[in-house]
Amino acid sequence: MPMITLSDIPARGGSPFTPAMGVFLLALSTAPFWLPAVGLYQYLGIEVAIWLIFALGFNLLFGYIGLHSFGHGAYLGIGAYAFGLFQQEIAVSLWGGLLAAISAATIAGGIVAAFISHRRGIYYALMTIAFGQIFWFCAIKLHGVTGGEDGLLGIPRPDFVLGPIRFSLADNTSLYWFSAVLLALVAIGLWRLVNAPFGRVLQAIRQNETRARFVGYDVWRIKWLTFTLSAAFAGLAGGLFSMAQESAYPDVMSLHQSGLIVMMILVGGGLVSFWGPVLGVILYFVARDVIGGITETWLLWFGLMFVIMVMSRPEGIAGLIHVARTRLGHAPAGRSAPKPTEV
Amino acid sequence: MALFEAQNLRKRFGARVVLENISLSIEDGTVHGIMGPNGAGKTTCFHVLTGHHAPDAGRITFAGRDITGKKPHQIARMGISRSFQIMNLFDDTVVIENVILALPEFRSSGLNPIRDVFGNTALIDRALAVLDQVGLAHRAWEKAAALPYGERRALEIAVALAPEPRIVFLDEPTSGLGTDATRALADLIRDLRNRYTICLIEHDMRFLFDLADRISVIHWGQVIDENTPANLRANKWVARSALGEVA
Repeated sequence: MPMITLSDIPARGGSPFTPAMGVFLLALSTAPFWLPAVGLYQYLGIEVAIWLIFALGFNLLFGYIGLHSFGHGAYLGIGAYAFGLFQQEIAVSLWGGLLAAISAATIAGGIVAAFISHRRGIYYALMTIAFGQIFWFCAIKLHGVTGGEDGLLGIPRPDFVLGPIRFSLADNTSLYWFSAVLLALVAIGLWRLVNAPFGRVLQAIRQNETRARFVGYDVWRIKWLTFTLSAAFAGLAGGLFSMAQESAYPDVMSLHQSGLIVMMILVGGGLVSFWGPVLGVILYFVARDVIGGITETWLLWFGLMFVIMVMSRPEGIAGLIHVARTRLGHAPAGRSAPKPTEV
Repeated sequence: MALFEAQNLRKRFGARVVLENISLSIEDGTVHGIMGPNGAGKTTCFHVLTGHHAPDAGRITFAGRDITGKKPHQIARMGISRSFQIMNLFDDTVVIENVILALPEFRSSGLNPIRDVFGNTALIDRALAVLDQVGLAHRAWEKAAALPYGERRALEIAVALAPEPRIVFLDEPTSGLGTDATRALADLIRDLRNRYTICLIEHDMRFLFDLADRISVIHWGQVIDENTPANLRANKWVARSALGEVA
């Protein structure tokens, strides 16, 4: 069977509340009740939610427009540091901290994107690594600001305050609910975005940048915008990470983290499906906790799984599911374009 | 007044001069041909005229506006469209989406996150009408990559027509086509000439001489003659070097 791409899994118009979104929101809204029952723990839910925000935003760049960034951990880290610095230097404020996290990552992403958006392929990838390493190096060397290799410690978890509503996010269950709501909003928003004309234009640029340019799209600007948007989502994830860990440290923005998100996307099938990153993130954390409970070498097994997946079915788990459903005659009901009888 | 004009264009890549003092004038509603031997600079000339490369010197005007050095997307939005010698399509998508992506009304809503991709039936009808012009309406729902070569060439032209251009540049449209497909393409261009100004590079001299109102002959990066097909046949140098049996 030939390789499939995101464009093979049809676009869907209308409401984002599809069956897949329903399952996703149901899992999200019930996780605190069944996680302990299956031998897992609340904090895992927070980690998964944070990485899902990071992964869904990153896939806009990696899967949809096909720009391969291997330095995106930097924007997760910038978000984490910005949140921490806001709490420690300006005010203990949830919204202020998250706004600072998103703004810092957006500005950093926007600056980097301005330098790299005229490139594609290997040069683009190498430049993302180079910029990622610059940010990581700064995090280590700017002791006075970032705390050097120790990072920022003791970052407070501010209370949730919205008008008359106020509650503490000090315990993991309430932080999970807060993260889950943000994740749901991100997932619905991004789903709508990629199924709108914007998403199709991103895919067109992935397929043929030259043709996109010659039918009138400002490809540079769209590539810049997509990178900056994905950095903004990474910044939001970084802010939540900082809250969850109550610290921010250089490892958050290391090359390792950047590679990890790419691995999650590829294993899950972000190249062929909106839901690919979700599958990849969940598989990674389940592998870490379940295989990790059996052997310390769990990452070796996860790495082997990645190698086998890339060699046998590069479209990842989502691609496998799509192929299986097609063979069983249950292809998704969406449409790449409506046939005359449908319009 | 000419619709499209290039004056004294120069383009060099390093030490190699590819275009040396190229001047062209394309009248509204005509088919203008560009011919010349391999390596003469025809495709580079197209690239410069359509914004793919900026000229080192010279001036390009379209409908009285200076478009020298403008970017391809800016030029495309002004009403200048082109096809490519090497096929340039959105291969992973269906045929109709290739056309929809090029429609100005879709492009203007391209960054709108609220609109449905294919919710607008007017867009679908418009795309089908464009495909109908090139005889591909019956293939609208097939994947572009799955089309046979000749139909992919026709799709290239459909994508070039979709933005509702005033002038269409076609780079070797018969490249790789068999006799029947070439004849069909000639019929198509004859049909299109009533609606668009067309500029085409072509190696198939019979095809070019049958269709063009005027032809510019490029050699060594220069226009060595510009004339009607009938007068060009009388030019012994052109006849000997490029026309062969046609002359």
